Amino acid sequence: MSSQAVSTRYTYFPGCSADGVGRAFTESLYAVFEHLGYGLDELEDWNCCGATAWPSVDQDQAHALSARNLAIAEDHQPGADPVDVLASCTGCYRALLKAQEALGTAGPTQVKLGRALAAIGLDSEGRARVRHPVDILLNEIGLDRIRDAVVRPLTGVKVASYYGCQLIRPFSTFDDQYDPTSMDRLVEAVGAEPVDWPLKTRCCGGSCYCGGPVIGAMPEATMQLSYALLREAAKRDADVIVTICPLCQFNLEGFQDRMSKRFGHPMDMSSGFVTQLMGIAMGIDERQLGIHRLLRWRLPVAPAPEPAAVGAAAAEGGDDA
Amino acid sequence: MGALAQTLEAPTQAPTLEPISPPAHKPVTGKRKKWRPVKDQSKFEAQLDPGFAAEIAEEVEDGELLHQCIQCGTCSSVCPVSAYMDLTPRRLIAMTRAGARDDVLHSMTPWVCVSCYACTVECPKRIPITEIMHAMRRISLREKTYPRRFTTPVMTKEFVDMIEDRGRSTESWISMKLYLKTNPGLLLKNAKLATRLFRQGRIGVKRASIRHRKDLRTLLKAVSS
Repeated sequence: MSSQAVSTRYTYFPGCSADGVGRAFTESLYAVFEHLGYGLDELEDWNCCGATAWPSVDQDQAHALSARNLAIAEDHQPGADPVDVLASCTGCYRALLKAQEALGTAGPTQVKLGRALAAIGLDSEGRARVRHPVDILLNEIGLDRIRDAVVRPLTGVKVASYYGCQLIRPFSTFDDQYDPTSMDRLVEAVGAEPVDWPLKTRCCGGSCYCGGPVIGAMPEATMQLSYALLREAAKRDADVIVTICPLCQFNLEGFQDRMSKRFGHPMDMSSGFVTQLMGIAMGIDERQLGIHRLLRWRLPVAPAPEPAAVGAAAAEGGDDA
Repeated sequence: MGALAQTLEAPTQAPTLEPISPPAHKPVTGKRKKWRPVKDQSKFEAQLDPGFAAEIAEEVEDGELLHQCIQCGTCSSVCPVSAYMDLTPRRLIAMTRAGARDDVLHSMTPWVCVSCYACTVECPKRIPITEIMHAMRRISLREKTYPRRFTTPVMTKEFVDMIEDRGRSTESWISMKLYLKTNPGLLLKNAKLATRLFRQGRIGVKRASIRHRKDLRTLLKAVSS
């Protein structure tokens, strides 16, 4: 438990997906941060980051969309430097980071963005700093504090962490680009066992592009790519795949029935968010974590948080392995 | 001499030539969709546009690195969706440098790209390939050479229209519009899943919107003027 109450509050940019189909991510983030003694304030009147669709139409407009969000964040904290803006969805994270770069680099784009922001009565001094919640959990809050908050260690639960595309590419701000370990460290801190999984940064399929749960774009490609990920995780005895991207999470859990039919191999892999896993270990109510919003979620841990029950579940998990 | 004569000696036994049997055909389960290949490839030098590579390079930050491509094929091998492209990224870059403007802009490749940046990270010459794909999309949208019935251009337009109007995207609406415009059959196919998501409160019917919608329009106009 976090005995010393820290009154650090962060500005949080949920983005359309973490506010819609990945709603559980936002809910569990709020719950975990609150539990650790940190607060999140939703960015006021945030707008879409432009995803990867807007750069396909107009790059400057895409930057302007994200720049508006950053300017609003700066506007609400006049004295602070830097203003940390947390973006949970990896697509939003990448789009906002690019805008931050464009705003901070002298050039014609910076002038254009400044003029556009001035037209709506905003300005950016480049104080906003885009960060990912995993970065905050790892480097600001720290693993020690997280370990202290665990009341129900997830001993014996094998977890495959999936990082997706845009968290660490094209450049990474807080983790290794080829073999990221930030989520694995979080998973380890709550007592679970991270699985060595080589596909952790491989693309999960069509949704990366689409900005929504649209398997309609390239159904075949999406199926093949997520199938490879799920099979590999199953092969390595993972009980659950955790991720930090609302689109990846949905993509991995939503189409397993169809994959079973298509590839003739029964698929049943739990898929959720890393913050949900952490929340469960911290003894936070499942409803608060949005577990009921997942299509598949089965942890080999007994429901009651009594130490004896956890021990029994751990023994069971060990037998399976 | 003797050794040579030995090797030149006629074999005592005629070699038995077994016909190489083709590998056993494995039927692919399910329907396999073929992507439309580029139909009219440039065949004459007069069809090429030598300024095309420079045009693309100007659109993208660090785009001039494009001229340094060594055609190693790393981009095509790490690309998770290159199997679904009509031109692989390596080929696309080569054609861009050759000036095959029409072929490149009519290609499906930029629209199949999932923007995962694997190629950008792995490229030994640090060519921003994903950004180049985006630039190609921009040009093909401007010049209306994009594949009309393909989902991603339709999706992009719908998405942009929705954000321009409301400031946020609503997944249910955008999926619905996309299905109606490209493949209405998917509406039925995905109905069950959509119902489940709706019950879980993950998708809604109400369209999300920001408060200052006018501001957003002013902003977008101001930046492109």
